[in-house]
Amino acid sequence: MGLDLIFEPFSYDFMVRSLFVSILVGITLPLIGSFVINRNLGFMGDAIAHASLPILVIGSVLGITIFLSALPAAIIIAITLGYIISKSSVGEDTAIGIIFSTFFAAGIILLKKYNQYITLNIEDILFGQILGVSTSDVFSTLALSLIVIVTLIIFYKQILYLSFDPIGAKVTGLNSRLFDNIFLIVLSLAVIGALQSVGIILVLSMLITPAAAAKLIMKNFFSAMIVGSLFGVIASVTGLYFSYHINLPSGPAMALSSTGIFLICWTFRRSVRSV
Amino acid sequence: MVNNSIVSESCCVELGNSLVLDEVTFSVNKNSLVAVVGPNGGGKTTLFNAITGLVPITNGSIKINGIDAEKGKGNIGYVPQNENLNWSFPLTARQVVNLGITKNFPSMPFISKNNNSLIEECLNDVGLYEKIEDRVDEMSGGQRQRVLLAKILAQGANILLLDEAFSGVDVGSQMDLIEVLRKLKDSGKTIMIATHDINTIADRFDEVLCLNRHCCAYGDPLKVFTQEVLSELYGPHGSMFENHKLGNHGNANGA
Repeated sequence: MGLDLIFEPFSYDFMVRSLFVSILVGITLPLIGSFVINRNLGFMGDAIAHASLPILVIGSVLGITIFLSALPAAIIIAITLGYIISKSSVGEDTAIGIIFSTFFAAGIILLKKYNQYITLNIEDILFGQILGVSTSDVFSTLALSLIVIVTLIIFYKQILYLSFDPIGAKVTGLNSRLFDNIFLIVLSLAVIGALQSVGIILVLSMLITPAAAAKLIMKNFFSAMIVGSLFGVIASVTGLYFSYHINLPSGPAMALSSTGIFLICWTFRRSVRSV
Repeated sequence: MVNNSIVSESCCVELGNSLVLDEVTFSVNKNSLVAVVGPNGGGKTTLFNAITGLVPITNGSIKINGIDAEKGKGNIGYVPQNENLNWSFPLTARQVVNLGITKNFPSMPFISKNNNSLIEECLNDVGLYEKIEDRVDEMSGGQRQRVLLAKILAQGANILLLDEAFSGVDVGSQMDLIEVLRKLKDSGKTIMIATHDINTIADRFDEVLCLNRHCCAYGDPLKVFTQEVLSELYGPHGSMFENHKLGNHGNANGA
């Protein structure tokens, strides 16, 4: 009976596809989320997810899949955010807030206006529906995840140096604008790649909660990145099971699984400290 | 052979609507330990930013070993003020010093055997070898400064700039840091430190640069701190800048 609960879902092809996507999202989001939580960029991650809506709607009207619109969407959002933050004098959070709400509002209006031409289900986009992924979605998620992971490995030290000591890094000759843009594009790709499974509203939970849980119990940044990804996989696969067995939307199921892991780590850390 | 590491000639820097450095002229010899003193807003950090090429020089020049400051990057190591670093990152001393080794590309997260030897050597030079696996965000202010110093040593810099390195550091740790800096100076490094503590300068430094938007004095700490210089640094001094405005750097033609 117990084993059936675990293995029975994978007698269906759609569940195997969903499992692959869950694992990829679980690895990728917390990996870059480790940088996000330490750079206090959580709001930025949320803004990227919301700002992607109009581009995804336009892509859907034109008959392009979410993933094919992901690359230009990531670049447009990242460059726009980076440019406005660096050029405006209103402060980073304020600039992000304005872009976030403007793009999201435009996306909602486009959705209403072109409703009849759109194949997107608004609830799936907002809250995620991993059980609906196609084979091409699996390959697209794999490609996006590989781009994110390989970029983070290749530019790990540059991105970390600029995140930890931006002035010292610039003095060594590092091109801070280039690497900040690379980081924002990779963050956008990771976020947009996860929209189908976690949804726009809850992508933040998979981006920051597993990484924050790992930071609570791990001694250093690199090991926290690895363990954060492990927590991400556990949370997303657990969410997938909830989604299948209880017919929950996958985004909230994954988000609550992440919160569960965070609470366990938090309790563990408190108990270790009180000993 | 250039005997001066850093030569500033009539250096002017404008930031926004403010003339932050005005006709700053001084020359730092190789292998010297120099303090930079002055009031808040006197231009100490801006001077370091100009030396490192982080801000453009509006007028005049700064040369590093005979080369323009903007082209001399890599030879200079900079430890910014403590609050400019992101201490949220849970990094060990080994991981921080590894960041200084920027020559290898691609820069994988894993540290090579050669880099590990260099990291250990640099942490040994600053007396923190035994703390190599400790987290820097959990270290004292003085230890953090020494780890950051090890990072710029790993970078291979010969000119070291430390901004407010003694800020929030207790006297004992300051002495440890000075001892490390003296050893580095003896091994051939040129070091400039911005500080507010003028009482201990004569004991600790070879030379001092007194900066309050312009160079009030430069030289032996025992000789430069006259009443006039101190008044220029910390007393009323607005009338001194009457002819110095944006776009006018004290020259008759306004260039």
